[in-house]
Amino acid sequence: MAAIAETATSRLQLGPIFRDAVLAALVALVLSGPIMGLQTADASGGQGLVLNFRPAWVLWTVGVVFVGRLLLGFWWAHRAGRAVETPRALKALGAFLARIETPLGYAGVGFAIALPFLWFADRYVIDVATTVLIYVMLGWGLNVVVGLAGLLDLGYVAFYAVGAYSFALLAHHFQFTFWEALPLAGAFAAFFGIVLGFPVLRLRGDYLAIVTLGFGEIIRIVLINWWHVTGGPNGISNIPRPSFFGMPFQRNAPEGVTTFHQFFGLEFSPEHRIIFLYFVILALALITNLFTLRLRRLPIGRAWEALREDEIACRALGINPTNTKLSAFAIGAMLGGFAGAFFATRQGFISPESFTFIESAIILAIVVLGGMGSQTGVVLAALVLVTLPEFGRQFAEFRMLLFGAAMVAIMVWRPRGLLAYREPSIRLHRKGSGA
Amino acid sequence: MLTVSGVHTFYGNIEALKGVDIEVGVGEIVTIIGANGAGKSTLLMTICGRPRAARGRIVFEGRDITHMPTFEIVRLGIAQSPEGRRIFPRMTVLENLQMGATVADPSRFADDLERVFTLFPILRQRQNQRGGTLSGGEQQMLAIGRALMARPRLLLLDEPSLGLAPLVVKQIFEVIREINEQQKVTVFLVEQNAFHALKLAHRGYVMQTGRITLAGTGRELLANKEVRAAYLEGGHA
Repeated sequence: MAAIAETATSRLQLGPIFRDAVLAALVALVLSGPIMGLQTADASGGQGLVLNFRPAWVLWTVGVVFVGRLLLGFWWAHRAGRAVETPRALKALGAFLARIETPLGYAGVGFAIALPFLWFADRYVIDVATTVLIYVMLGWGLNVVVGLAGLLDLGYVAFYAVGAYSFALLAHHFQFTFWEALPLAGAFAAFFGIVLGFPVLRLRGDYLAIVTLGFGEIIRIVLINWWHVTGGPNGISNIPRPSFFGMPFQRNAPEGVTTFHQFFGLEFSPEHRIIFLYFVILALALITNLFTLRLRRLPIGRAWEALREDEIACRALGINPTNTKLSAFAIGAMLGGFAGAFFATRQGFISPESFTFIESAIILAIVVLGGMGSQTGVVLAALVLVTLPEFGRQFAEFRMLLFGAAMVAIMVWRPRGLLAYREPSIRLHRKGSGA
Repeated sequence: MLTVSGVHTFYGNIEALKGVDIEVGVGEIVTIIGANGAGKSTLLMTICGRPRAARGRIVFEGRDITHMPTFEIVRLGIAQSPEGRRIFPRMTVLENLQMGATVADPSRFADDLERVFTLFPILRQRQNQRGGTLSGGEQQMLAIGRALMARPRLLLLDEPSLGLAPLVVKQIFEVIREINEQQKVTVFLVEQNAFHALKLAHRGYVMQTGRITLAGTGRELLANKEVRAAYLEGGHA
């Protein structure tokens, strides 16, 4: 009796699983047909582009998807009724990370300071590390807006761009040095943050996201089209490098100027500048971190978090939501502006190309994957998202696939981010507390 | 202390308050009872400036607050425990109370916290727990405690008994009496639980479809035949 019932159910399940796999294979065929089946290549003799057809690739993709989906279907049928669960190892990892967050933070800072002097640190490593730190800083900046205040901002790159262009233009027209322009770049970005903040004060969630997305595009398109000021698509080049207390990093300094290597009696090496830039962004990022950690303990930081939770309750407690939101936008934008100014001085060249929507998306992904509001989570996520494509270089065109798969995996298993735990901003010393 | 005169409030085209007059004196507990949708909560929210009164005047301690934004009204000394409690679920009990003290003098924070913990000892035990993990009754206590942290002279309570077990309701009404008698806070209470509310209150109003239909002392209203039929004996008048 039981055996009959069992075969009946398994026969019932085979059909849908098979159909599902065929459907998935069809979708794969439609998608991979143009994406993988066609390849453009340079025609010999400068004849322009020719199309190569790769039917084998398409067949492989469709086959892999079909078999994979079939296996997945059997797997699901096998564990039917059981809820999708975070793998225990990942859960334990999250809990472990949350517990060691503070020592991990100190260890991370120590490692970051020591990095340029370690044996494996060549120019490439330091360059990648600098990029990671730029994204860490941007992530911390956006964390104020999205993580703490709960305002979904899809156009954060606009403030990054404002910071970069403020410095580039000030340097170009008024010969400002990096250190002189840095506070101004922050101030300009903060001003733009308030400008954006005003019209969107009433909006929340998805509506806010759309408007901020538009704002990011507006800034980029203005940068492209206002060519007599911004240089248009050609961008601005020859942006000055930062100096070490007035001492430039150059082989031959102009008359009357001591260079960095002369002052310290070192052999000139272009790596000095790379390492110096690394330490500049490290310092900027650490200041950002201390600043936001401090803000969280101040009334304004608490008001942001409360606003994220319940705006009506905030009003009822005497919080002015307008000022609270504007301050979150302004401070987040200011931090983005600092990062932008650093980006400009590091690259020496900026153009609107660097400030596309994908940048906003990556920064937002860093904040969300890290666990909204978690400072350490942002570092981990930035590390993963920036270095993963680097490690993936040997996989050439598949590296973005790897990147996407990692993001999907994190969102499936830890939907609230790597470090979803939120540290309370106040505790009383256990005075008569029950537990 | 608080005078509401001829207030009309609209939600779009729907007139929720049709000319309401009430008066709350210093040191009183005044309650508004009425059925669902009578406009009780709307009245309380209108006092707080959201939604705004379309006509009429609201005066608090001689000051016209009809057109003030909510957060400024709160700063004058009116605190509210809003409908549905609206505590911050991801923040701890202590952080919730800290948010309540936003408009208060920071140097008095420790004293005020002690006061709230004395009124609601359970909150002391739960202080580092997230607000969302509290039981309904504890959340209500937290909402009242949070409002008290602002050191209000007038406390507005919107249905503190909603969804709570009878024993917890009794406990909460006991504390409201204590707040009123010992801490000299005037209380304006919106309730559906007419029996408890009228027993507690010095004076009460009965509200029906946006109008005040009856007024009197708590005892008078408890004895009133219509009130008994409509709100106390489970039947409909």
